[in-house]
Amino acid sequence: MRHCTLAGRVALIMLVGLAALASGLGRSAFAESADSDSLHDTPKPPRQEWSFYGPLGKFDQAQLKRGLEVYRQVCANCHSLKLVAFRDLAARGGPGFTEAQAKAIAAEYTIEDGPNDDGKMFSRPGRLSDYFPSPFPNEQAARAALTAIPPDLSVIAKARSYERGFPLFLVDPIIQYQEHGVDYLYALLTGYTHEDDPNWDEYIPGHRIAMAKPLSDGMVEYSDGSPQTMHQYARDVSAFLMWAAEPRLEDRKRMGFNVIIYLVVFAALLYLVKRKIWKKVHAGH
Amino acid sequence: MTGHPTYVPRSAAAKWLERRLPILGLLHSSFVVFPNPRNLNYWWTFGGILSFMLAAQIVTGVILVMHYTPQSHLAFASVEHIMRDVNYGWLIRYAHANGASMFFIALYIHMFRGLYYGSYKEPREVLWLLGVVIYVLTVATAFLGYVLPWGQMSFWGATVITSLFSAIPLVGDTITTWLWGGYAVDNATLNRFFSLHYLLPFMIAGVVVLHIWALHVPGSNNPAGIEPRSDKDTLPFHPYFTIKDGFALVCFLVFYAWFVFYVPNYLGHADNYIEANPMQTPAHIVPEWYYLPFYAILRSIPSKLGGTAAMFAAVLIIAFVPWLDTSRVKSAAYRPIYRIFFWLFVACCVLLGYMGSKPPEGIYVITARLLTFYYFLHFLVILPVLGLVERPRAVPKSIAEAVLGKKPHPLSVDAHP
Amino acid sequence: MTASTTTPASTTTPASTTSPEPTRRDFLYVATTAVGAVGAGFAAWPLIAQMNPDATTLAAASIEVDIGGIALGQVVTVKWRGKPVFVMHRTPEEIAAARATPLSELPDPVSDEERVQKPEWLVVIGICTHLGCVPLVHQGAFKGAFCPCHGSDYDTSGRIRVGPAPANLAVPPYKFATESKLVIG
Repeated sequence: MRHCTLAGRVALIMLVGLAALASGLGRSAFAESADSDSLHDTPKPPRQEWSFYGPLGKFDQAQLKRGLEVYRQVCANCHSLKLVAFRDLAARGGPGFTEAQAKAIAAEYTIEDGPNDDGKMFSRPGRLSDYFPSPFPNEQAARAALTAIPPDLSVIAKARSYERGFPLFLVDPIIQYQEHGVDYLYALLTGYTHEDDPNWDEYIPGHRIAMAKPLSDGMVEYSDGSPQTMHQYARDVSAFLMWAAEPRLEDRKRMGFNVIIYLVVFAALLYLVKRKIWKKVHAGH
Repeated sequence: MTGHPTYVPRSAAAKWLERRLPILGLLHSSFVVFPNPRNLNYWWTFGGILSFMLAAQIVTGVILVMHYTPQSHLAFASVEHIMRDVNYGWLIRYAHANGASMFFIALYIHMFRGLYYGSYKEPREVLWLLGVVIYVLTVATAFLGYVLPWGQMSFWGATVITSLFSAIPLVGDTITTWLWGGYAVDNATLNRFFSLHYLLPFMIAGVVVLHIWALHVPGSNNPAGIEPRSDKDTLPFHPYFTIKDGFALVCFLVFYAWFVFYVPNYLGHADNYIEANPMQTPAHIVPEWYYLPFYAILRSIPSKLGGTAAMFAAVLIIAFVPWLDTSRVKSAAYRPIYRIFFWLFVACCVLLGYMGSKPPEGIYVITARLLTFYYFLHFLVILPVLGLVERPRAVPKSIAEAVLGKKPHPLSVDAHP
Repeated sequence: MTASTTTPASTTTPASTTSPEPTRRDFLYVATTAVGAVGAGFAAWPLIAQMNPDATTLAAASIEVDIGGIALGQVVTVKWRGKPVFVMHRTPEEIAAARATPLSELPDPVSDEERVQKPEWLVVIGICTHLGCVPLVHQGAFKGAFCPCHGSDYDTSGRIRVGPAPANLAVPPYKFATESKLVIG
């Protein structure tokens, strides 16, 4: 039966390959266009090093705090972050604010609440249970003010991606590369390389982007001594958005590490038991 | 099979129950002493893996429903609520989403194993047909489930697939409107899809019971493709196959866990993290990977009705394999030419999947058409003709001989290849 | 298929034996079973824990009540953690009635002084301690609260006096942020 097993192995590899191939090639950045011309002159975002990459990856708390500053001072003028609550800022696996600090940040925002006993809506300072308020009351208001609707940023780091191409997409699940979205965000934010044209971006098909160059050196003040450059801002806010999209990432990776070790040990034990039970049968007579 | 001991209840409680409902005896004869061919290889462990995956999907699915809201304005946010706020919600949701892919990986391996070893041949035709029913129900369930997060791919996948029915002459539009409960995919569609996504897995579970019943009448096929003749050819299910299936299952779980914990979004699509927008179609719609070969077939026919018909035919033709294959020999191990065509067919399916993931333009269209042609050629021409012209190699006289390479069993007669 | 009679006696196929060897006391079996059981236990935990209150529920933080507008003798019901809370502005008569009651008459003896921070404000969770109905305020023989479900009668301190309820109405954590602002939770 040896050839069967061999054939079987090939089949397994091919089927897994099919899954990987199909999905990997199927994934396409939202920005990707069916128009192959614009597709070909758009470079792929370069891979960046992130602290949250890999089986033991963790967020860099200082980086998340800086990224929050960039979001609050720059992005939040147009983009909402409506799925992130202030309590998340103090939650495990996040930027590591204390509850008091998170409360203080929340209190800097004005939240519309109500109706009160008179049936009127009213404003009050934010609380931990509130979510980041949106800069525009609705999509129509955003469109009227900006001519385009800025997407919500809560899950943007998972909602963007790019095609890795053959054969890299087959390697990705093995090396655990999942940072397509955050690499894309960093590339996009740093891709405004035409000084004279704030709406030209290297990583957008056709190079036209509605969002004018949002970041420039020195526009956000850091209190931890990190360089106040456009590239540093882009890196920090991209990491922050990865956390916003996947706030349970640290829990997930830590648990995964334990689960896989457990399963491998259990499989090894089962294999020994299996071999013991089948020993006499295999020995024949 | 005879010769295996019947169940004798030992404890008083077991005796009490057995007199009233002999369920322990049924379990004993089905999963303890049931004689399995001794030469089953690891490709035969995927039935057990699939049973586990079905149970896992039902358990995680029932839990997700405790936190999910099937309402078009709230569905997307409720899934994110599960991911962020519910205790271990991220784990359960990722396990369910990746579980669907794992289910299909195991299902396709199980199906190709059946095709390779001729497991659909007499007397297992009904077993095979029930398997096709399970497959079709699974395809439907996975499609309905993918709509529930109400992302862009959910919405447009639902729109495209339900629009297939508009290809039906005369009544097509009436049917799609009926399916949608409106003039487009909307809240009513989401609600009915949710209801059916909850229902179908239990129907699958019911057909699985029939599938196992139909399996236990003739017993398992095996890599040699010959029926057991004596107790020498078989081993009791427990402990030999419980431990083997258990080991294989845990190995499969390592693979599954790798995806759930480390690359949970690899098999998904980034666009489904964008909330559904009925006003804007994503630039490039692709279904989940497990539909891609059929999606390629759909697109390769330049006619709405023709493409739809070809796609459904590509699924349904699998049901006719027991009658399309004319070979008297079951296992491809003894069919040297069929073995080549089997792998060509596997390659054809993989490539069709690849074509399904590419935009329908240029070389991809032509290749997809050729592959579609070959797909049907395999079933309609190669399988029937090959069985008549191929000269199979000598089939061993017994399973024991196939395993141990001993001289033929004195009583074996090659009565039934 | 009764060919098994021809099988040599020396065969090792245990198809016809009931107790598969080797012995189950084997350390390997015990270890594997134990590891499997532990794993099943850990796997079950997330499936159970997911039914505990989620982060949004836990964060349903304190609420503020403006008590400046509550007239003497009036009761306002506010929602805290999904439950009604009675904020009662008690009259001197009500306070006196609550304080005059000897502890010996109470099934759940607690003095009124221990149940309030300011005598004129009684803050209690409006859930009958019998089976969870919401009592009607200022009803019943003691004019505190009366539960229509099974007839539990509470006094003006929210203490059970008559009926099947075993305990007094619960007092939530609260504080007076200012003279006219009450913070519950």
